[in-house]
Amino acid sequence: MVASDQHAIHAAFKLSRSHASGEPFTLDVDIQLPSSGVTAVFGHSGSGKTTFLRCVAGLERAQAGQLTVQGEVWQKENCHVPTHQRPIGYVFQEASLFEHLTGMGNLAFAMKRAPTPTSDEGLQQIIELMGIESVLTRLPKHMSGGERQRVAIARALLIQPRLLLMDEPLASLDHQRKQEILPYLARLRASLKIPILYVSHSVDEIAQLADHVVVLEQGTVVAQGDIGEVFARTDVNALSGFDTGAVWQGKSVARDEQWHLVKVSFQQTELWVRDTGEALGSSIRVRILARDVSLARTALDETSILNRMPATITDICPDRDEAMILVRLDCGEEVLIARLTKRSLDKMALQVGQEVWAQIKSVAIVR
Amino acid sequence: MFTAADLDAIWLTLRLASIVTVLLLIVGTPIAWWLARTQSWLKGPVGAIVALPLVLPPTVLGFYMLVAMGPNGAIGQFTQALGIGLLPFSFWGLVIASVVYSLPFVVQPIQNAMQALGERPLEAAATLRVGPWERFFCVVLPLSKPGFITAAILGFAHTVGEFGVVLMIGGNIPQQTRVVSVQIYDYVEAMEYGQAHLLAGLMVAFSFVVLLGVYGFQRQGSNSMLGVK
Repeated sequence: MVASDQHAIHAAFKLSRSHASGEPFTLDVDIQLPSSGVTAVFGHSGSGKTTFLRCVAGLERAQAGQLTVQGEVWQKENCHVPTHQRPIGYVFQEASLFEHLTGMGNLAFAMKRAPTPTSDEGLQQIIELMGIESVLTRLPKHMSGGERQRVAIARALLIQPRLLLMDEPLASLDHQRKQEILPYLARLRASLKIPILYVSHSVDEIAQLADHVVVLEQGTVVAQGDIGEVFARTDVNALSGFDTGAVWQGKSVARDEQWHLVKVSFQQTELWVRDTGEALGSSIRVRILARDVSLARTALDETSILNRMPATITDICPDRDEAMILVRLDCGEEVLIARLTKRSLDKMALQVGQEVWAQIKSVAIVR
Repeated sequence: MFTAADLDAIWLTLRLASIVTVLLLIVGTPIAWWLARTQSWLKGPVGAIVALPLVLPPTVLGFYMLVAMGPNGAIGQFTQALGIGLLPFSFWGLVIASVVYSLPFVVQPIQNAMQALGERPLEAAATLRVGPWERFFCVVLPLSKPGFITAAILGFAHTVGEFGVVLMIGGNIPQQTRVVSVQIYDYVEAMEYGQAHLLAGLMVAFSFVVLLGVYGFQRQGSNSMLGVK
């Protein structure tokens, strides 16, 4: 789909080895990535997502592989550009700051080695973007985990990468710290023009940050595409479960002052969501969790549910939970997923092709 | 108080220990780096050879050094070919023997510090455009600093405290090889206990202060770098 884009990234790696436990592991991927926006590489632990990222960085060498980034060959047959010659920025899972340097020292370490000098304003901008002004004089051991990670991200930006690689940058942080950093990442994604490869096993983070998703399972790609497309699939095992849910991208079109609601328009449907103060006309991404969608045979008028719409059942798939089932629905151009008990499915005698009413109990605005 | 001969011995000891420490840091660093990083099967044997002086009697080490540096030994042949002559019973012979003798005290703390770094700082540096050599000098060396400080102190102190190797290699030549420990031995032999007390007391005080310094430094640096015994 982006094969013709000469600025895109083409990564194909074949690598096999055995884990410390003796279990064999094989990574076999061939991925085309778009040249802008955030591409999330999603998978559970052991799926090979970090190995994939390390291959892109050159920190690990696949036995066979080909890597072309924006027209430049980084790996091909016997040629393997070493990591320090690749124009990348890398954010590791746990803070990788140099312990002997202060926050500023760490930033200066990158600036000294960047291809062009960083202007004072440029530096100031990044410091503000990451909110690290107050920790720059401290040594890493005197920073919190979240602060260290933000300095590490700033450092990765100051090397002036053409491709930013992030390996679960939030995974080592507790929930509160995650919430502290996520807004910075969202701002980062809005202000950066370079492509970002973001490895994560958190559906939440991806729903919030990614434009494009690659799903890895046991070293192979099981799904890839636009986030809306991939999250609408019910056949991707790694994505099914408690957090399953569709991601819709729309625009706010009207505001209801009295009830503090905003109407968001999608391709063929509309939803009322909580007013978060965004200007009308701004683009809004929502996530509708499958567990928040219920089905009815007729339009019920006396209900507390604000958003409901007619839909057609297009697929019924098993869930990882024995008692549950995933129902895929078409609402015009948009796809919804509903998670029901098998018993409800049986009681309502739902079948593929049937027309139903989808009731959406809650809509999360992710961006 | 200290006689002129005592002062000569003290000065000689300090000079010897200083030169040996500098040489040890130069020789020990690459060995420590290699031992810290290698996957080779040679790691075990090389590590054991470096550690041998910890367990061997100094006389054994001194004996082999004496043979090697002698007219028919490998080192002796080499130094003769260079026109330096023979090293035994000279200051530089003592320096070389001391470097071998104190090697583990320098290599092991540095090796431990380097091993404790792990892969991560090196990988982070690589992603920041730092080539292999610069990575060593700009990342590994500064991050291993506590190990180097411990190594330098232990190397220096251990050289000051050696005796057996000096006797085997250096003999007892004033201003050449007669270090403090040998001077004390001479006093005891000659039953001059007063002078022996003076120098022995000095050595006890010196050693105590050095060890106090090392332990204090390590507590400050929180992670233990003292990899020796």
